[in-house]
Amino acid sequence: MPISRRRIRLSAALAGAGLLISGCANPSVGNDRDDPTKPVTLTFWHGWSTPGEMKAINDSIARFEKLHRNITVKVVPNVTDETMNQALRAGGDDAPDVVSSFTTNNVGQYCSSGMWANLDRFMKKSGVDKEKVFPKTLLDYTSYQGKQCALPLLADSYGLYYNKDAFKKAGITRPPQTMSELKRDAVKLTRRAKDGSYQQVGFMPNFRLYQNSPDRMFAQWGPTYFDKHGKAQLAKDPATKKFFATQRELIEAQGGYGPLEKFRARFGEEMSSQNAFLTQKLAMHMDGEWRGLMLRQAKAKFGWDTAPMPVPDDQADTYGRGYLTGTVAGIAHSSQHQNAAWELVQFLTMNTEQVVRFANDIHNVPSTKAALKSPELDADPTFRTFLDIAQNRHSVAMPPSINGGQYVTALMDFSYDVEAGKVHDLDKGLRGLDAQIDADNLQSEN
Amino acid sequence: MAPLTPAPALRRKRTRKRLRTLGFLSPWLIGFSVFFGYPLIATVYFSFMHYNQIEPPDFVGLRNWKYVLTQMPLFGPALWNTLWLVVVMVALRVVFGLGIGMLVTKIKSGAGFFRTAFYLPYLAPPVAATVAFVFLLNPGTGPVNEILGAIGIPAPSWFNDADWAKPSLVMLSLWGIGDLMVIFMAALLDVPKEQYEAAELDGAGAWGKFRYVTWPSITPIVLFAVVTGVVQTMQYYTQALVAGKLASGVSISPGTVIQPGYPDHSTLTVPQLVYTLGFQNFNTGAACVLSLVLFVIAMAVTTLLMRKRAGLLPAED
Repeated sequence: MPISRRRIRLSAALAGAGLLISGCANPSVGNDRDDPTKPVTLTFWHGWSTPGEMKAINDSIARFEKLHRNITVKVVPNVTDETMNQALRAGGDDAPDVVSSFTTNNVGQYCSSGMWANLDRFMKKSGVDKEKVFPKTLLDYTSYQGKQCALPLLADSYGLYYNKDAFKKAGITRPPQTMSELKRDAVKLTRRAKDGSYQQVGFMPNFRLYQNSPDRMFAQWGPTYFDKHGKAQLAKDPATKKFFATQRELIEAQGGYGPLEKFRARFGEEMSSQNAFLTQKLAMHMDGEWRGLMLRQAKAKFGWDTAPMPVPDDQADTYGRGYLTGTVAGIAHSSQHQNAAWELVQFLTMNTEQVVRFANDIHNVPSTKAALKSPELDADPTFRTFLDIAQNRHSVAMPPSINGGQYVTALMDFSYDVEAGKVHDLDKGLRGLDAQIDADNLQSEN
Repeated sequence: MAPLTPAPALRRKRTRKRLRTLGFLSPWLIGFSVFFGYPLIATVYFSFMHYNQIEPPDFVGLRNWKYVLTQMPLFGPALWNTLWLVVVMVALRVVFGLGIGMLVTKIKSGAGFFRTAFYLPYLAPPVAATVAFVFLLNPGTGPVNEILGAIGIPAPSWFNDADWAKPSLVMLSLWGIGDLMVIFMAALLDVPKEQYEAAELDGAGAWGKFRYVTWPSITPIVLFAVVTGVVQTMQYYTQALVAGKLASGVSISPGTVIQPGYPDHSTLTVPQLVYTLGFQNFNTGAACVLSLVLFVIAMAVTTLLMRKRAGLLPAED
């Protein structure tokens, strides 16, 4: 019958289309049955791109190849997380074996999706006790729901950079340690021209300034983003309201959101010689440990020093803490040479001499307990501040989430509205933020 | 009554004719199926799936649709910005392109120079052009604000001000008006001179000649410019993304999350949101929903314009 034949054809076509579409969604799967002592070429993707960083990582690879004569490493620099994510999902022969990421935000995604291999079994095979090797905070941000699918490959900590000349001129003898001291000093350090416009701002708390994203500032309050069931709990955590209140107080004390934003819009690019701290438009500034090297290379025309970021007045005993993040490394799920890849990951992340040399070369914080205590580390006191922050037991890293940094962007959006004075009912707003984060997380779950 | 069936020879002839037609159409059919039909069907399919591009897709019904349409706060601003750009940017580009086209066709001396000068910016790569604009319009270090300040005109913060960011993008698109200028120039040069002479004899002034001679002749070209402009602006991505990232002044460093749309989501467009959802959050289902919404809007606007076409075009004799 013509009609039933048409139906059969239509059904077959639809079934074929369905199979075709879903067939495109099968990534390749690797294995850990390779012999790491046999000759092999590994592909290593990383995000470093400046000449100094490239030299440091290439030197590291040369040291590895000297130790493992049978392994050749093909290094692919300047790879962003997006490129790596897409490549690993697509699979194929050109996909990397060893991968690294500049952000800890995506670790939850890597682990939950299985895109990065679980390293626990490799550590077990090698007899590595990870708790003895890595600081707890760093282990926390490289695992998700019990899966250690990444390991820290150097860390970054955030502290306060301050202009010593400006401090001297304002009669300030030491960096602020509490938020009320920060507000007091920031007001003293703020200078204006005759027409009322800013010449220098003491401390600009605006969330859009360079590294000032709210999650980093919020670390000083030691927040708890999620409850034990994984539900967002920013509205329930009293620290959240205190954090936003302090930020608004800092803004108001120095002239208000509008004028500060207007001044900020005139700053030069963060990594250029027009950086606002470098051009003395800011007397104090929150930044990562790498800024010190840049200030020295740019030959800053003023005396400067570093200190931990101030803490809330009611948590004065936690002074010394800061925000932690870092580069992470792992093994691609699609790698056919996972045992050889583990040799490279192990060398890069756990070999004390390697970790120290690499940390000194690119001016990052080392990520193992042994390396943090190494006498070979850069002795510069302005850098040592960040080593202490990294080891402080109150320091905070962002908890991994199933959808990467999506909850951070939700917090950022909300924070921009708060600092601009657009949120009139903070409690209601925070409940809405929690609901949003939960909805985003649910959307990412199966 | 038994149905009339064609003779076997006639049927074979018809079949051969159909196959021949299909053969001639096949290059287009293959291209259409591979590059449009399949992606469209796949987009509809994935809009009902949970798919993170690594695990097999799972059917989730309308969950992605509900999420995008009711739970995603950025959908509203992104759609608003996209529609704003479609209305303002397309309208201004057509008016400006037509104006420049008329100007360069009227110029007697140095026409070649002016045509080249107005066309050249269109050849600049979008990223390079955007970088240059953000640099020129930088509120603190850019020369434009320095000049404005020197002559006493209050200088806006351009890409750093939520109210000025979209107008700044429109300025950038007007700077690269060369494509429309060439199209309009060709259309204007194609208007028969005799019609202008006849209009002059009838006492028509400059406006009368434009209204009754130029406009009816170039209306199909204007419609073409509007339809292609709408479709292109619906896909507006590169310039908005680059301008937002650069103007924010934030560099990508460890742990830095850079959101598109700086400042205040004022430059966030739907295509940027599609990319963020699809290739940063790997929320393929939601990204497909957004793509379909964009597709439906683009189709609706295009259909509306094409239907209006009959009313706008001059009556044929």
